[in-house]
Amino acid sequence: MSTFYNEMYSDATTVRPHYRKFDDWLSRQPPHAVEQKRAEAELIFRRVGITFAVYGDNAGKERLIPFDIIPRVIAADEWARLQAGLVQRVSALNLFLHDVYHEQRILKEGLIPAEQILKNAQYRPAMQGVNVASNIYAHIAGVDIVRAGEGEFYVLEDNLRVPSGVSYMLENRKMMMRLFPDLFECNRIAPVEHYPDLLLDNLRSVAPQGVNDPTVVVMTPGMYNSAYFEHAFLAQQMGVALVQGEDMFVADNQVFMRTTNGPERVDVIYRRIDDDYLDPLAFRADSTLGVPGLLSVYRAGRVSLANAIGTGVADDKSIYPFVPEMIRFYLAEEPILNNVPTYQCRKKEDLAYTLANLPRLVVKEVHGAGGYGMLVGPASTKAEIEAFRERILAHPDGYIAQPTLALSTCPTFVSSGIAPRHLDLRPFVLSGKTVTMVPGGLTRVALQEGSLVVNSSQGGGTKDTWILEK
Amino acid sequence: MLSRTADHLFWMARYTERAENTARMLDVRVQNALLPQSTLAAEQGWRALLGISELEPAFAVKYPALTQPNVIDFMARNPDNPSSIANCLTAARENARAVRGTLTTEVWETENATWIELQQHLRGSLLEQNPGKFFEWVKYRSHLSRGVTLGTMLQDKAFDFIRLGTFLERADNTARILDVKFLAAQDGESVEPGGQPEFYYWAALLRSVSAFEIYRKVYRDVITPMRVAELLMLHPKMPRSLMACMDGIVDILKEVHNEGSRDTERFAGKLHAELKFSRIEEILEEGLHSYLTRFLECINELGERISSDFLVPMKDAQEQSQAQTPVSSQT
Repeated sequence: MSTFYNEMYSDATTVRPHYRKFDDWLSRQPPHAVEQKRAEAELIFRRVGITFAVYGDNAGKERLIPFDIIPRVIAADEWARLQAGLVQRVSALNLFLHDVYHEQRILKEGLIPAEQILKNAQYRPAMQGVNVASNIYAHIAGVDIVRAGEGEFYVLEDNLRVPSGVSYMLENRKMMMRLFPDLFECNRIAPVEHYPDLLLDNLRSVAPQGVNDPTVVVMTPGMYNSAYFEHAFLAQQMGVALVQGEDMFVADNQVFMRTTNGPERVDVIYRRIDDDYLDPLAFRADSTLGVPGLLSVYRAGRVSLANAIGTGVADDKSIYPFVPEMIRFYLAEEPILNNVPTYQCRKKEDLAYTLANLPRLVVKEVHGAGGYGMLVGPASTKAEIEAFRERILAHPDGYIAQPTLALSTCPTFVSSGIAPRHLDLRPFVLSGKTVTMVPGGLTRVALQEGSLVVNSSQGGGTKDTWILEK
Repeated sequence: MLSRTADHLFWMARYTERAENTARMLDVRVQNALLPQSTLAAEQGWRALLGISELEPAFAVKYPALTQPNVIDFMARNPDNPSSIANCLTAARENARAVRGTLTTEVWETENATWIELQQHLRGSLLEQNPGKFFEWVKYRSHLSRGVTLGTMLQDKAFDFIRLGTFLERADNTARILDVKFLAAQDGESVEPGGQPEFYYWAALLRSVSAFEIYRKVYRDVITPMRVAELLMLHPKMPRSLMACMDGIVDILKEVHNEGSRDTERFAGKLHAELKFSRIEEILEEGLHSYLTRFLECINELGERISSDFLVPMKDAQEQSQAQTPVSSQT
């Protein structure tokens, strides 16, 4: 407990000011009351069907994401700084994407090696020279942030493709208000419930030119996708149709959906499906999830996609080290949020360093996501490290390494009682005519003692996140 | 509304209704089995029940004997029987899950809770210990599903397609129940020598469609097969009658009408008019079985027409050569 920053306690006995009211409240709860509420929460989550699917074992089974009732509280002034940092970072990333797909100034200036962009699997030549509405590419970004100390925040990943988790942020808040209304009376907690409204407004604002009352849809790969609950949830909350590829078709250079009244034009697609599957004529030919011809309509500016095609080139882990440089280059500002020092195994000296320090590093696949295919050195056995060493050596370009951060912890209910567990924060940043977000985001917590992996697919849980006004 | 969404809603309602009707038939049969009757008559009763859903051959492959526990197992929980209550409720929930955003929170939570409770029942022994209680539960969940739909859903197209599914499935089920019961009666099952009086046979049929009290109210007289048929076929105010179902179907088709659906409206209108202007004496003269067989064929065709007009509309001519949208919801 002494080595990691604890969100709630400044030392073994002192509660931080923004947690005091919660601590008072918790100490007043009868011992069994909290346990009862936890059971009630699980029952409600199951009945409401707030589940996600896990790939691999037991494919197709629905699971609950463990929900912890001790909130993650962030003081408003600290959040203000985070928010400014997020606006800055996501703005720069959008400028970078526009640049990459147009003049490529940043490459010409030599700030990023051109081949690292142009040979990147996530770079989409088809997007070169294409103009997108408001020059926005990453309409929805889910930026993963961790804290290593007082006022010391690091961005781990930018997640500019199809970040998920916002439905859990909203449902966690609903659950907390349902279970503990008294907590919301005695604390001034910034509301988050207007997120779907902000999202809809944002999506409408990037409709193709000349469309006054755009039809927005949410596009899902289907009910067996791990995030299907969220797709359905967002569509419902925004009051728009939830469509699959087979529901849409292209005719007369427009996208239509099949309705009981015949074809209806679609203007903005909030797609929750990867680039590769969007259009079998342009990308993976075997994709049955996409819409044949979608890309050509998109390139002609007759339909908007959120996020744009090709955003992966900006959140790729091999590009991540350059984000601070982007902020300086496009905005002429100093980055507010820190980047984690990153060793790119594609570079000889970085590879050598990585291989020599594996037990102390976190190694990630450049294209990996969801906590799959990564090595957390300090938490791994010798055999695991050696096995991973072979994988890196076989394909050094595919990996980056970072020092193991001392992630902050927060008291969390576990089987043995309340114990500190590591966590991160994923705010959802919306870009359109402006850059906005709701206060806070999704807090994910690693439930295993000592674990630094918070992904729900790896057994992570979630907490309600409070931005606390004074 | 999205055609695929309408398709899921339609089938969600059909599967819920089918589960309810299966529970009704099983429930009445179980109660009937409590009356004194010969083994042969009991076996005939269970066979007739399987005949309603045309499932006798599928049953015979899996079970050695036509006994109550076997038939209940097959019709209520067997995973290989697509019409088993367990499969119907699961399919209803899967269809609901596919379009949960279109449903109100209350409707979705009802469908999901039914499914969660079903898992508990299937793991437990309620079905073996007290089948009647299980059937009660199925009926209750179906009532709840309908009630929460009526009480919380906006009465838009989503609502229309749910109701359409309910009426179509109910018309089919009521016609099947009637047909099988009248066929069996012709074979003498209703008046087994030395067995129960005929009253019990027809009373059971009425109870299976919640029509026993209604019959008394409408006719204030003894139960006769002709009046039973009249009530279940032609009475417009009897909620499970063919007439009431067709009333509902015709109204909804008017509501959801699109450019290509005129023929379907006409088709339903004719079927509706035929019921409306028929007298039960004429129908019995023609032969109830042939009348109901024809009606079931028409209901089947009506379902197909609704599918192609609204639920999985044909794609453009050029696209038709490509693979058609699979209608996974129907399996």
